Amino acid sequence: MALYPSILDLIGNTPLVDVSALSPNPSVRILVKLEGQNPGGSVKDRPALAMIEEAEKSGLLEPGSTLVEPSSGNTGIGLAMVCKVKGYHLKVVLPANVSTERRQLLEVWGAEIIESPGSEGSNGAVRAARALAAEHPEWVFLYQYANPANPRAHYEGTGPEILRDCPEVTHFIAGLGTSGTLIGVGTYLKEHKPDVQVWAVEPPSGELVDGLRSLDDGYVPPIFTEGDGEHLLDRKTIVGPRDSIEWTRRLTELGIFAGISTGAAMAGAAKCAASIDSGVVVIVSADGGWKYLSTNAWTGDIDAVVERAKSIIYF
Amino acid sequence: MSVEVRLPTVLRPAAGGQSVVSVEGATIAEVLGSLQARFPGVEGQLLTEDGSLHRFVNVYVNDDDVRYLDKLDTKVEDGDVVSILPAVAGG
Repeated sequence: MALYPSILDLIGNTPLVDVSALSPNPSVRILVKLEGQNPGGSVKDRPALAMIEEAEKSGLLEPGSTLVEPSSGNTGIGLAMVCKVKGYHLKVVLPANVSTERRQLLEVWGAEIIESPGSEGSNGAVRAARALAAEHPEWVFLYQYANPANPRAHYEGTGPEILRDCPEVTHFIAGLGTSGTLIGVGTYLKEHKPDVQVWAVEPPSGELVDGLRSLDDGYVPPIFTEGDGEHLLDRKTIVGPRDSIEWTRRLTELGIFAGISTGAAMAGAAKCAASIDSGVVVIVSADGGWKYLSTNAWTGDIDAVVERAKSIIYF
Repeated sequence: MSVEVRLPTVLRPAAGGQSVVSVEGATIAEVLGSLQARFPGVEGQLLTEDGSLHRFVNVYVNDDDVRYLDKLDTKVEDGDVVSILPAVAGG
């Protein structure tokens, strides 16, 4: 069908593309699920729509409601698009050091931006949003990090799509973020194919979160704990900005213009491929490259780009 | 075994401002033990009272989170790099 009543009907059913030409092991295929094909431009369209529809069903959201949500960008953008279509007002608590384009896209959808200190990263945005939600009980706080509709969107959508399009999957790799993708897809895949290995990649939190006062300021999303993430994941690995950007650049050789976290997932896939005899690795590309053009990630001097990436949140 | 330990910003004051220190140990438990013995200020920040890893602390051996290896029993080799980082959200 090529005619849709609403743009929201285009969320999900994203394509899986073979990028095995970049695999370091000829016996391991690597497939990328291009979530940047969602209408809001990222994988976060899925939880954004799922959380809002759930809140509508439960009566939490009413016509004209105001929402507040912490986000490093993509969830905010997905929510802002859905809110625009459905007529809700959205306030996004956004760390100051996200790429310019993330801010611009939120403005496109008319979301109000409330800045949190960049040096506290997403953890600071979560803290600030929780405080605002407590002060303003009249605002709806979907709280992506604790909302079961977030992993459910992946359990009911992303996971089944992967198994449908690639029943031979042996490994699934995605960025950690809220953990919604990993918990939802990982749970679904392991229920249907218990031997599937689930790997998480994450950026080094190092210099980005210099503003955290103690390790107690760390944050583990409730959906990760409730989804028993520690038992679900088989491996969790850090991918630094240099590897992430190098792999983001390599993807363009196959015509794939993806965001920097996709490069991190590819680096994880390459590490995985090199460590196994054979298999099929499916990774999630959370978004396309558009929101990172201002970072010169593709064309700038690699050392300069890596330095800059250390101070920008791209997960 | 001598390994390099990279400290997060929040632990550096307790280590005289150093971001990287070398300590001895054959497992992560021993490495963290050596670290606490040398820098008493980090005590209580890494491990809980029952001796397990604090839930907001991630420890990595050469980029792999030890929670998904053998936890505190994860072995380290000479020249390995151990990184301690706060758990951080994304999204």
